[in-house]
Amino acid sequence: MIGRVVKLEERAAAKTGRGADKGRILIERVAVTYGRGAHMHMAVTQTSLEIAPGEFVCLLGPSGCGKSTLLNCVAGYVRPSQGQVSIDGVPVTKPGPDRGMVFQQYSLFPWKTVFDNVAFGPRLAGKGDAEATSTARTFLEMVGLSRFAKKYPGELSGGMQQRVGIARALANYPAVLLMDEPFGALDSQTRAMMQQNLLRIWDEFGITVLFVTHDVDEALFLADRVLVMSASPGRVIADLTVPLERPRLPEIATEEAFVRLKRRCLDIISVESLRAFEQQNR
Amino acid sequence: MNLEAGRELVAAPQSSWSDAAAAGEGAGPDRPAHGDDDDVSLAVDTSARDAAMALARSWSLRAAALLAGLALWYWAAKIHLDFYFRFDNVPTPLAVAEALWRHAHEAKFYIHILISMRRIALGYSLAAVVGIFLGLVMGRLQTIRDLVMPYIELLRPIPAVAWIPLAILMWPTEESSIIYIVFLGALFPIVLNTIHGVEQTPEVLVRAAESLGASRVQIFWHVVLPAALPSIAAGLSVGMGVAWFSLLAGEIISGQYGIGYFTWNAYSLIQYPDIIVGMLLIGVFGTLSTYAVQLLMRPFLAWQRRTR
Ligand SMILES: Nc1ncnc2c1ncn2[C@@H]1O[C@H](COP(=O)(O)OP(=O)(O)O)[C@@H](O)[C@H]1O
Ligand SMILES: [Mg+2]
Repeated sequence: MIGRVVKLEERAAAKTGRGADKGRILIERVAVTYGRGAHMHMAVTQTSLEIAPGEFVCLLGPSGCGKSTLLNCVAGYVRPSQGQVSIDGVPVTKPGPDRGMVFQQYSLFPWKTVFDNVAFGPRLAGKGDAEATSTARTFLEMVGLSRFAKKYPGELSGGMQQRVGIARALANYPAVLLMDEPFGALDSQTRAMMQQNLLRIWDEFGITVLFVTHDVDEALFLADRVLVMSASPGRVIADLTVPLERPRLPEIATEEAFVRLKRRCLDIISVESLRAFEQQNR
Repeated sequence: MNLEAGRELVAAPQSSWSDAAAAGEGAGPDRPAHGDDDDVSLAVDTSARDAAMALARSWSLRAAALLAGLALWYWAAKIHLDFYFRFDNVPTPLAVAEALWRHAHEAKFYIHILISMRRIALGYSLAAVVGIFLGLVMGRLQTIRDLVMPYIELLRPIPAVAWIPLAILMWPTEESSIIYIVFLGALFPIVLNTIHGVEQTPEVLVRAAESLGASRVQIFWHVVLPAALPSIAAGLSVGMGVAWFSLLAGEIISGQYGIGYFTWNAYSLIQYPDIIVGMLLIGVFGTLSTYAVQLLMRPFLAWQRRTR
């Protein structure tokens, strides 16, 4: 019991230590083209965005519209063909521990135990063994998987693996958490639980979250702001504020304000897909 | 059970990621809920007994097959079966056992075995070190791969026997030429499997490591190498088989010691039971050494056995 209190204080300290103004994402006139010559394909076209520290932003759009591409520019996996991304004024050139990453596919190291997966980041950062161990313990407890520390990822269910993935990404105390359809492969009940707990963690850390999804309900339930993307070429066509109160509970999905926002999103998407459809058939 | 979890979720989101909820999720819907513990243990008991029965049945069938084979061999040798292939010069199992027993009391017999083992140990460990290193480097660096691959493609189909004359010409001693042939035989499966393993490294794991702050070298140690290990282990296993195969080729044709020499010499000296003694030795030691390789690799692959 005492141990738990201490750890919570530790976390609070980590949160305030970060400061409220870390994790500003600036995307300036970013465009990404894949391939060259006849195979050239514009995945994202001239996009500019600013995401404030501590904001929870969802990128919403149909699959193939360039959400992952844009997210990967922020992560540093994809180099924009034009423009640049910067975090707190520092241009992104490669992936780094200041940006935690959670993937859609299970991406835990299957040869490392759950514990070693979470402790990996702190160890790479040159933290001593004692500190890496206590950090890993703290984050495993936060996602409720302390009991599974010695298991291998393959012994865990999909939802549990994703929780370890979140713990692993946060163990470096990143300024930004990037999530690419992290709950896409989960069943709806697990998914609802994951969403709610993600919000709790986000609230606790005050971390900036950029979350990719193709699910309107998920975007509205989680985000402060929903950026709607459209395909061919991929770009942000709407920037909606979600003024729903927090903490949010699943029942919110039946509230009038939520339903109204959802209808707006769906309208934007359907107009856009109709346009894309006509364009394709021209 | 799921409904209960849902209610807890609504009432107290704080506790929904508790270990208890996790355990519930881990158990999955197909396992019985608490309170049916008796049924669970009963089910486990029956399935454990079934497994034991299946194992016993499998082993008794194997033993029976071996015994039947021995009996057939004895019978064919006894009646000097002549049916396109001839058994009139084939010794009976009893004669072979007798010969084995006699040799077991001679120091020279053990020298043959030890010398063969030494050649395997030297040639194979060299092949393992060089093969894994080459495979890892070739798997990661396209330039090195382009430089080395043509040689591998060209040399791989050449069987060990074909190397013998050149090996004798190239190497100062017969011993070193035999070790060279063992090395070559084991090398190719190890290199190729290692390359294959490196190529199979999931890109998402490399990306995950990058975002956690891993350098290229750290990615190599923590991601590429472990990802390649199952395939490397397979290569080492196959390589050991080929090493014995190559050793025998080398020993039959040159040298005065070794199991291969013993076997071939038995033919020249018309000691027919010894031929089969030699063959059995090769079979036993080949199997044992492959098993030893697998045993050595086991601790590194523990995670794989625990993955469902
Ligand atoms: N590495 C790549 N090479 C070539 N084309 C790609 C690559 N990655 C994505 N694409 C293409 O770019 C477009 C956007 O992909 P992506 O960003 O993955 O979309 P989303 O995440 O929204 O589903 C798609 O048409 C996809 O086929
Ligand atoms: Mg995607």
